[in-house]
Amino acid sequence: MKVHEYQAKEILRRYGVPTPRGVVVDTPDEARAAAQQLGGRVVVKAQIHAGGRGKGGGVKLAKDADEAAELTQKMIGMTLITHQTGPQGQKVSKVLIEEALNIDKELYLGITLDRRLGMNVIMASAQGGMDIEEVAERDPNAIHREPVDSVLGVQPFQARQVAYALGLEGDAFKKCVDFVQKLMRAYLETDCTIAEINPLLVTKEGDVLALDCKMNFDDNALFRHKDVVAMRDVAEEDPLEVEASKFGLNYIKLDGNVGCMVNGAGLAMATMDIVKLAGGEPANFLDVGGGASAEQVKNAFRIILSDKNVKAILINIFGGIMRGDRIAEGVVSASREVGLPVPVVVRLEGTNVELGKEILAKSGLPLITADGMWDAATKVVAATKGQA
Amino acid sequence: MAIWADKNTKVIVQGITGREGTFHAIGCRDYGTQVVGGVTPGKGGTTHEGFAVFNTVAEARQKAGANCSLIFVPPPFAADAIMESADAGIELIVCITEGIPVNDMMKAHDFLRKMNAAHILEGRAPSRLIGPNCPGIITPDQAKIGIMPGHIHKAGPIGIVSRSGTLTYEAVGQTRHIGQSTAVGIGGDPLPGTNFIDCLAAFESDPATEAIIMIGEIGGSAEEDAAAFVKTNVTKPVVAFIAGQTAPPGRRMGHAGAIISGGKGTAAEKYKALEAAGISVVQAPSDMGRKIEEVWRARK
Repeated sequence: MKVHEYQAKEILRRYGVPTPRGVVVDTPDEARAAAQQLGGRVVVKAQIHAGGRGKGGGVKLAKDADEAAELTQKMIGMTLITHQTGPQGQKVSKVLIEEALNIDKELYLGITLDRRLGMNVIMASAQGGMDIEEVAERDPNAIHREPVDSVLGVQPFQARQVAYALGLEGDAFKKCVDFVQKLMRAYLETDCTIAEINPLLVTKEGDVLALDCKMNFDDNALFRHKDVVAMRDVAEEDPLEVEASKFGLNYIKLDGNVGCMVNGAGLAMATMDIVKLAGGEPANFLDVGGGASAEQVKNAFRIILSDKNVKAILINIFGGIMRGDRIAEGVVSASREVGLPVPVVVRLEGTNVELGKEILAKSGLPLITADGMWDAATKVVAATKGQA
Repeated sequence: MAIWADKNTKVIVQGITGREGTFHAIGCRDYGTQVVGGVTPGKGGTTHEGFAVFNTVAEARQKAGANCSLIFVPPPFAADAIMESADAGIELIVCITEGIPVNDMMKAHDFLRKMNAAHILEGRAPSRLIGPNCPGIITPDQAKIGIMPGHIHKAGPIGIVSRSGTLTYEAVGQTRHIGQSTAVGIGGDPLPGTNFIDCLAAFESDPATEAIIMIGEIGGSAEEDAAAFVKTNVTKPVVAFIAGQTAPPGRRMGHAGAIISGGKGTAAEKYKALEAAGISVVQAPSDMGRKIEEVWRARK
């Protein structure tokens, strides 16, 4: 799960990680009041989940409270397009008004899981404010990596190594050591998968603060973080994906016209791949999961069909936990309820497959059955071209 | 022969009185697996669907002689269940549970490493964890320890290892005329207990395995590491498929591990590494069976 910058900073402050003073607002009047309170000269920052806001015009400096109000007026309601939003962009509904600081250095600090090591790794670079992936590609040595034991947490020597790698000394060095330890605590205790401070700011006064912050959380650990769950902003998510998640379905919208309903994430990806190899384009990734009921299959059907690009649907089920007769019942009852506005190709395998096929055949519905994945893929691609 | 699971494996089911635990304990027993009981704290001493229920894994090991545990405990408690089995000296721990927090798994791995060091020091066998978030392991006609449909399997020479459950079934389905030695689902989580290399090494030294299908997916670098291992350590023919060739970057494709991030972990990169290691790759998932038969028949 993702949160906004202002929410991530709220979490950081709970752990004593220094951040600039700021107020989140959604009207120009509130922006003016916030700027006055913060000393007039402020930064106005559009709050969307995607990165790259600065280049997209979502981060602006205001010299006084009136300009802060003006900029807020322009930003609220605008559609911000960055390299992470996709071409459709993301609508801005809140801005963060933050005190403007005297910048001395902009550094990079990030924590994420290194799957290969099985450890969390702190990454630090003196080249902050930039796309760290670009830095990593151009000059891998410019990034210091510090693997951290998940049980022990970051050790003092590790925090020192990070601060040295960032080229800090004196007061800023000490403040950075403290910053790293507190950030790691926040990361571990809130079950983050990413905590990225870019840039990590060193002011002319020698303070070390999180000028920007991106935090992602482990969806599997949200059960123990009700406060984080409360920060979810569904307006940032695809409405169909939100709808699907209500039914425990894993749905990701894509750009093609072949709707896919599959059990298992790996098979769902492989189904997308084979549709493409057969000359089609998948409209979505959809994993109905292991124990889906007829009701859930019906919901999956509805969600796929509410994407107007879908010209045909491929149902590919290899039953393990999920029984073929259950899938068949779901398909039949959903087809009856929703009608069949597009051709549906069904490929069933595994537990109770014969029973499932029988249910499909007896339904009298114009379902196209297939044997094997290639047969299914070619049939569904033909169907999108009206050759069913 | 086979790897890790055979007719002598004695299985207990952790979470046996739950819905999934009950359903699959019966499924495994019906297949012919030696399911010697189950564990549900507080229900020890009772009998459930003909299975003896114990309060702890240690007790199940002592009284029923279990050397394998199959875990269906819900995600918030699953890491604890894994650690309990490791502590009891269970040699094979198969965790089906999906949705365990990464932090919990890191702690469980840490515990496993320390406990295994202790087991070895004291002359006992270490524990192997398969999963979590996996379908389990099956050696056809000997032991089914997991949630896979047993009837599609047939004893034979093909070893199968996969990060995806249903794609494992797909590979089994496509090799039904040749048969499988053992099929292992290592699971879709970012930190699996058993990885490709563990399975490839075991298949390489297993006389019953003559060729290997390896099914990977986008995300991480496990496939690249496996490719490097195959190049220097595996003499048996290997066929590989990678799911997610069409997956967009930055989107998590269902499995916690399946994400292309920072331009890394793409299917294209993985295919390149696999081919460079002399592995026969297939682009279409429907070609796994045909290709493995071809390389198996052509083997030296």
